[in-house]
Formats: sequence, structure tokens, C-alpha cells
Amino acid sequence: MSSYLISNVSVLGAAPTDLLIRDGVVAQVGPGLTAPDATVVDGTGLVALPGLVDLHTHLREPGREDAETVESGSRAAALGGYTAVCAMANTSPVADTAGVVEQVWRLGREAGLVDVQPIGAVTVGLAGEQLAELGAMADSAARVRIFSDDGHCVADPKLMRRALEYVKAFDGIIAQHAEEPRLTEGAQMHEGEVSTRLGLTGWPAVAEEAIIARDVLLAEHVGSRLHVCHVSTAGSVEVLRHAKARGVKVTAEVTPHHLLLTDERAETYDPVYKVNPPLRTAADVAALRAALVDGVIDVVATDHAPHAVEDKECEWAYARPGMLGLETALSIALDVLGPQWDLIAERMSRTPARIAALDAHGLDPAPGVPANLTLVDPAVRRVIEPAELASHSRNTPYARMTLPGRIVATFLRGEPTVLDGKAVK
Amino acid sequence: MIRHLLSGADLDAATATQILDTAAEMATVAGREVKKLPALRGRTVVNLFYEDSTRTRISFEAAAKRLSADVINFSAKGSSVAKGESLKDTALTLQAMGADAVVVRHPASGAAHRLADWVDGSVVNAGDGTHEHPTQALLDAYTMRARLGRLAGLSVAVVGDVLHSRVARSNVLLLSTLGAKVTLVGPPTLIPRDISPALAPGTAVSYDLDAVLPTSDVVMMLRVQRERMNDSYFPSAREYARRYGLDGPRMRRLPEHAIVMHPGPMNRGMEITPEVADSPRSTIVEQVANGVSVRMAVLYLLLGGNNR
Repeated sequence: MSSYLISNVSVLGAAPTDLLIRDGVVAQVGPGLTAPDATVVDGTGLVALPGLVDLHTHLREPGREDAETVESGSRAAALGGYTAVCAMANTSPVADTAGVVEQVWRLGREAGLVDVQPIGAVTVGLAGEQLAELGAMADSAARVRIFSDDGHCVADPKLMRRALEYVKAFDGIIAQHAEEPRLTEGAQMHEGEVSTRLGLTGWPAVAEEAIIARDVLLAEHVGSRLHVCHVSTAGSVEVLRHAKARGVKVTAEVTPHHLLLTDERAETYDPVYKVNPPLRTAADVAALRAALVDGVIDVVATDHAPHAVEDKECEWAYARPGMLGLETALSIALDVLGPQWDLIAERMSRTPARIAALDAHGLDPAPGVPANLTLVDPAVRRVIEPAELASHSRNTPYARMTLPGRIVATFLRGEPTVLDGKAVK
Repeated sequence: MIRHLLSGADLDAATATQILDTAAEMATVAGREVKKLPALRGRTVVNLFYEDSTRTRISFEAAAKRLSADVINFSAKGSSVAKGESLKDTALTLQAMGADAVVVRHPASGAAHRLADWVDGSVVNAGDGTHEHPTQALLDAYTMRARLGRLAGLSVAVVGDVLHSRVARSNVLLLSTLGAKVTLVGPPTLIPRDISPALAPGTAVSYDLDAVLPTSDVVMMLRVQRERMNDSYFPSAREYARRYGLDGPRMRRLPEHAIVMHPGPMNRGMEITPEVADSPRSTIVEQVANGVSVRMAVLYLLLGGNNR
């Protein structure tokens, strides 16, 4: 294996130092290191972070390889500073058997750009009727620990209770897409002034909040772990705050787009802004930001959702919901949080790694630690050009926006996946 | 002049008034033996209809033909659209054929906005989903002005399924711009809570039709689809008619001069009784006639007929 000497780099915003990477681990940390056999990476002006970990990625393979593949999504992830992503189960076929999750896991290994950790479906075919073989997926080579019907809510309260209980046997966690289905029939965007003006069917905040409230009570009742996907409303934050104060084992994520964009984007009727849950109001954005800082929300997760051009270049109501996120997430976090490196590492690397039980990830660079890390240049401001993204798809809501920060290099187990801002393969 | 007419909000008071004044001139053509002006000779107007709407399509077709435009009717049924062609590809096709104006009716809110991004010609929204129908609002305003002599200061009650009504949205926007006072009336399930800040501050909401009638100059009844009762917006057609339908006794609570409007097609016996629909207060047939004049004015002004 090769060796890399990252010189004059700031680890999490501290005074510049050197990092020596050898045999897949961080071998030494300290100023003035020398290693004649090592490739030198000039870290001047750069910040080293533990490699980012995404709890919520749609890689689309198998089934929609025109929109994204495990390989193209892995490349987008590496370029975004990620060393591990959790691949959602709503593929075709659905990742509801050991066979499918092992396939995705193996494709991730073959791509070799990030660790791809499959998420298993909670119910067969995401249909919300019958539990999938959760234990078989947990015992498979993919070692699934997170289960989610994301895209669909596990709406049946009895089924949700059983799922929460069942996965305790292998320390699993249910990641809920909180959306009361009857309250969101035909929903197109956040229910409020803008939806009223635009004549688009509303997705009321209460449809999310009611499910989260139910689920934290269920998790408390059965003593299980619950993770709430893409929290989008101020009311959800209050429900979570209350649950956490009671000691419920609940964690929650927020997406970059819910931290930055509001429902007013829909006024163009451009479905690049259509996403589920929908963009909310400025008051919700403010509450989500505050909750991310104070810890009621534990994690930033991208909900990276690539879609083919024809699924977005159409009428709003006919477009698929979802946005790209992997290659812009860190920039959004920097924009929203500023250079609070420890907080960024906590919300985008350490905590998601712990929730997903990815032991080799989420560790600050220190001697003996697996060399999963990324180098950020916080001084660069870049204009987002959809055509330059590594994803197969182009549905970024940040097109032509100027955002801070650029990933210069990413290392996965000591080998670079990104150098000089470019993917190595 | 504006390039597209997508929303009632596209019109300021001066532009809206110009359209209404132009429509009044156009109306004189309807009385002539030869109902035709050469204004848009050599221009092409495409009627792109993704929903069945015979009355709106015919109205636009008559308007364009009276201005001597070439008219192409493109119906979603039996065309390439039925084969799954996207709106964008259809737009590019119409573009290549040299459409100067596209009149579009579509079941998806915002479809006219999307189309306007893809074609160089003018786009006229002839109804998009549950969003807007601005030429309907213009013909309603024209009818009110013709009957009552003014718009500023009028009290207009819009009654029924406001939530799903593109007619209501466009009327609230346009009538507010022109100084009328709009009160939206219906069951709370069918009136969005935030309609006033969303569309026009000062728009009033009432759940009590009988209380609103004595002070209304205009009552505009919206079509209520019976299917709505299957989605629990109201318990039954009978209860809806009892609480929000306009019948003879209710009509007699209106001031002497007040008029009754309906954009059609009516559900007789649901939101309006035959006694009311066929009464002298009813402007329903006039609205249809005025629709042609107003659409002539819109096409004429959008296509720069006044600059040639």
C-alpha cells in the first residue's frame, strides 16, 4: 500500500500539522514529519475532517441505472468528501432480501470509492403490509443494521411497532420516512400560502409531525431505537425535543436543502425544487438550523435523489420528487453553520457513523485510526454547474448558485479517492 | 404590453383596463354582418387542449378567427400526446411550426408557466389545474362592468369550491387589482385558510352565505363537483345545496341591482337552481358572449395587433 504525507494541514480547524498515512491508517500526526517514500499532498490552507458519512443516499441501482449507478453515486460521494454512504432500499427490485442488499454491497466494493452500506426495506416491496426478512439482511455479507421504507411511510402502527421490536435482536434501527399517507394524498408541495397561490395540493406539516409523535411514543413503549429521516418542520423539532428530554432513543436527520431552501422556490413551477418532504417555510428553516446546532437534530443527511431528465423536465405534478445532494452537502453545511468544524464533523461524520454502526468511519485523524478522511478548502467559493457534477443526473437545486468550500482530497482506508479535486477513478 | 397571460397577477390595473376597453371595441364586431377583423392575418394561434373543454376552446377559436388568425386545434386526445410525448417536446414542435400564440388548457397547475419557458410565442393560460384561468376572470370583470357600470367598490361574493377553483384564484387577483371587494364563501373545508395573504390582502372569508347576500353586488357561484363529497369535503350534495346553493328565496335577499354569475358548466340543483340560473339577474349567457370579445382583446394585445 502507498503512503501519503499531508503537510501543513489543519485538523478540524486546529493549528497546521502533518499527517502521515500508511498501510490504510493514520500512522503519525505532528508538525515536521518526513517520509521519503510517501507522496506529499500539500495541505496548506486545507482542513482535514473525518470522512463524511451519509445516512440517506439513493444510488438507484439496481433498476434506474440511467439516473445513477452505485459507481457514479460513489464517485459523487467521494467528490463530496464522503467515505461511506448508506444506500436506500427503494430500488427495483427493492432491497428487501439478502440477495439484493448483497448485490448493492458488492457493487460498492467493486466501485471502491466509498463504503456502500445497504439499508434494507422494512416491508416486502415497500408495500407496508408484511415485514421483509430483516434478520436475513442483517446476517448477510452486507450486515444491514438500518431498515427503512424511505419514500413510503411505515404507516400501519402495529407493523411499525413490530419492526421496532424485531430489530432489537441484532441492534438494528428503523429509519422512518414520516408521512401520514392519508393527509398527503396527491400532495405536491408544502401546504401554506404558496401552495394556495400556486394551486398545488398541499403537504401539511402535521402529516410529518403526527407520525413522528406516534413513532417516538412507540419507540419509548418498546424500548427500541428510532431514526427519523429528513425532518422538515419546526413542529417536528419540538416533538423530537420533547421525546429526547424523556430519554427516548431517537435520532434525527435534516437534509441540506431543508436547511437552505424554502417553498417559495416552487413559484417557478420548475420541478427541480420538488422534493419529499417538500421545501418548507423560512420559519421551518430557522428552526431546523437551530435544532442542528443544539443537537435535537443529530445528523445532516443528503437524501441524494438522482432523477433522469425526463422525470424532471415536465409538469410539476408529473415530476418525481428528489434532489441531488452528495456533491454540495458540505458546502451547504459551511454556508449554514460557518467554519464550526467540530460541529460539522459531529453532524456529518461521527454521529452518522455511530448510528449506522460503521466502526471504521467517523473517527478524527489520530495515530492508529483508519485513514478515512477528507480535505476541504474553505476559502474557495464555487459556482455550481450541473453539467460538472459526477452524478449521472442533473437535478441539483443549486445550479448557478455560489457556495463556499471545495473538497480537495478524500482518502478511503489510506488510498485517495479524490486528489486535486478530481476523482482518481 | 405583457408577453404571456398566465395569471391574474400578471395584470396591473392599467393593463387590465386596457384589455376590458379593447374588448368593448371588439364586441361591436359581433354585431356586424361580417364578424371579422384583419388584425391578426397571417398569425398562427394554436389551441393546445389537454382537457376536454368545448366551451373554452370554441371561445378562443372564435376569437382568433374573428381576428383573421390561422387557428390550429391541438387536442391531447388522438394526437402524439396520447402516445406519451412530453409537454416540452410538444412545445418544441409548436415552436418549429411557428406558433405566434399558444392557448393552453392543462390538468396540471403550472403547465402554462412551464410552456412559457419553452416557446418564443405568447402563452395564454386557458386554465391550468387548480391554479388559474385568467381570461375567465377578465370576462367576468367585463360582464360586471357592463351590467353595473363599474368595478371599483363592488362587493363580489365568490361562492363554492374555492380550494380547487382556478376561476376563483384568477378572480380574486384581478378583481382586487381593479378595486372590487371580494368575499369568499363556502364550507371551511373548501376555503384555504391562508387565501387572503396568499392572493390578495383584504380578501374576506365567510362560511355563511345568507349573511353575505344582502350586501353583495355580485354573486359568483362556482361549480362544485359531486366527487368532492366522496373525499369528505362535505357530507352530501343535498347538505351542500341547502347551505351554499343559490335558490330563489336566497336570490331575493340580494339587493335589487345585484347580478348572479356562473362560469359554467352548471350543476343545476347543486350550487344553483334553475329558477336562479334562468332569472333576469343571471348573466350566464352574457358571460359566454363576452368571453369571445375578451379573448379577442387578449390575443390582439398580446400579439401586438395595436402596434402594427
